[in-house]
Amino acid sequence: MEHLDGNSLAGPLAEFFTFDVTMARARCGGCGEVAELARAMVYPSGAGMVVRCGSCDEVLATLVESDDRAWIGFSGVTTIEVRREPSSSSSSSSI
Amino acid sequence: MSFITRGFSGRSRERDDRLPPGQTLVHDFPVLSAGPTPDVDTADWEFTIRTESGEHRWNWDEFMALDIEDVSTDIHCVTHWSKLGTSWRGVSLDTLFADVETELEYVMAHSYGGYTTNVPLEELLDGQAWVAFEFDGEPLDPEHGGPARLLVPHLYFWKSAKWVRGLEMMDQDEPGFWEQNGYHLHGDPWKEERYW
Amino acid sequence: MSDAAGGSTQVASPGAALRAVPRAGWHAATVAATRRETPNATRLELDVDGWPGNAPGQHLDVRLTAPDGYTATRSYSIASSGPSTRVVLAIDKLPDGEVSPFLVDEVRAGDQLEVHGPLGAFFVWRPGSRLGAAADARPVQLIAGGSGVVPLYAIAQAHADAGDLAPFRLLYSVRTPEDVYFADELRELVAASAPLRLDLVYTRRTPEGWSKPAGRITRKALEDAVIPAGERPLVYVCGSTGFVERVADWLVELGHEARSIRTERYGGM
Repeated sequence: MEHLDGNSLAGPLAEFFTFDVTMARARCGGCGEVAELARAMVYPSGAGMVVRCGSCDEVLATLVESDDRAWIGFSGVTTIEVRREPSSSSSSSSI
Repeated sequence: MSFITRGFSGRSRERDDRLPPGQTLVHDFPVLSAGPTPDVDTADWEFTIRTESGEHRWNWDEFMALDIEDVSTDIHCVTHWSKLGTSWRGVSLDTLFADVETELEYVMAHSYGGYTTNVPLEELLDGQAWVAFEFDGEPLDPEHGGPARLLVPHLYFWKSAKWVRGLEMMDQDEPGFWEQNGYHLHGDPWKEERYW
Repeated sequence: MSDAAGGSTQVASPGAALRAVPRAGWHAATVAATRRETPNATRLELDVDGWPGNAPGQHLDVRLTAPDGYTATRSYSIASSGPSTRVVLAIDKLPDGEVSPFLVDEVRAGDQLEVHGPLGAFFVWRPGSRLGAAADARPVQLIAGGSGVVPLYAIAQAHADAGDLAPFRLLYSVRTPEDVYFADELRELVAASAPLRLDLVYTRRTPEGWSKPAGRITRKALEDAVIPAGERPLVYVCGSTGFVERVADWLVELGHEARSIRTERYGGM
C-alpha cells in the first residue's frame, strides 16, 4: 500500500483545528525545509497516521484516534504558520 | 449524527472466543507501514544488543548460525485485527541474551528507518520473543519487516518492531515511537492496554 | 457594508466568494442520482443539506456505518464547484475495496450518506484573470492519471464557467477509451471559447486509428504535451501515488519549480 500526502489530513484534523491544517506551513526539524503540510507524505499505518517531511522523510507529526480520544503529535515541528484572512480590503483611496 | 448506512456491512468481522477483547479475526495480512520500507541487504544487516558494559553484535551469517526455532502463534494488532496460528522462524531472545550480562531491566528496540518500541526485558525472555526472518515458510518480505523483525506475540503487534536492528538496555521503561504518541507503555491485548 | 468613521470599506470583488474556503462540517447527503460513468466507475449526484459550497479541486470524506457501529471513511474528490448544494462525485471501484464497491454497486437514489467537507484548500485553483487581463494569470497545466481527473475536471469546468482566459491544458492518462471520465463535458470544454487543450494517453488500448501505440506516459511524451517550464505554469497532478511521483519528478527535471507543482495522491501504484 502506497502512502498518501498531506491533503488526506484535511478531514481527520478538521475536528481539532479551526483552520485548514493542510495549508499550514511547518519547518521540518530534520532538514529545515518549510512547506505546507499538504506537501508532506502521509503513511496511514493502521496504528495511526504518520506525517513525514516530503523532502527528507523525517517524522513531522502523528495522529492516533480511538472512539473517544485522539492524540495529535507534532514531534518534528516546533512552529506552524497559518495564513490570516484580511479582515477587510480597503477601497482604493479616492484622493 | 450517527445513522446506519443502508446495505453497508464492511469487511467480514468474525468474532472468536480465542481472541482478546475487542479483536476480530482476519485471514489476510494487512501491510500498513509508518514510513518508507527500508532497503536492507542481508550483506549489510547487523543486530546489536547494547548494555551498560558494551555491545554484542551479529551479522547475518553469524545470526543464521544460531539456534533457530519454529514458532506458531497468534498475533493481535491494536487496530482490532488478529490472526491465529501464524508461523514464523527465528532466533529466540533467550538465545541472543544467553551470554549477555546486564543489570538493566528495560529494553528499547531500534529499527532500520528509526522506529522504536519499548518492552521490559523479562517479557522478551522465557520463550516470549524472537527475532524472526521467515513468515509462512518464506523469507520475511520487506513490506512485513524483512530481513528480520522482532516478534513479541503476547503484546500488541506494534511492539513487534519491523526491520529490527538492535536492542538497547535501559534502566527505566521509556516510551518508544507509538508510546510517545498515544499508545500504552505496556500493550497487553488481554487487558486491552491500547492507549495512554 | 457601511463604514464606521475612519474605518475601511469592505469591497466585494469578483471572485471573493471563492477566495475564502468555507469551514468543513459533517452533512447528511441524499443521493439524487447515480449513473455509470465508465465500466468501472459511477457518477454520484448528492443533495447535501447545508453544504456551504466548495472550491474546484476540493474533496470530501464519505463515512459509512454498519449496523454494529463499525465505520469506514474514505476521501473522494468533488467534480463540481461553486455555491450549489448539488455535489457531484465520480467513484472508481477498487477491486479489494471496502467502500468503493458499495458506492459503485449498491448505492441508489434516495439513499443517505454522511459526508464531511468541503476539505482541502491546497489542491485548489481560483480564477485570477479578468476579461482583458489574461496576461496576468499564470497558465495552468493539469495532469490526470485515471480517476485523478475528477478534481482536475472540476478545475477545468470552473475555469470555463468563470470566463477565465488563462491558457489551460489537461494531459489525461487512461487505460482504454471507455475509461474517460466526463467525456462529454471534456468535449464541450475543448470546443469552448476559452478552450481547454486536451491530450489523452491510452495505456492499455487506443481508439481506432490512433497514431501512437498504447503505453504509459513517458518523460518525452510529458515534455511534448505540457506547457513549457519557461511559461511558468501552475501544475496540478492527481492520480495514484506512483503516477503522481513519476510525473512530478519528471516535471522538476524539465525545469518546473517544485513550488509551482501541486500534487494529490490517491495511494497505490
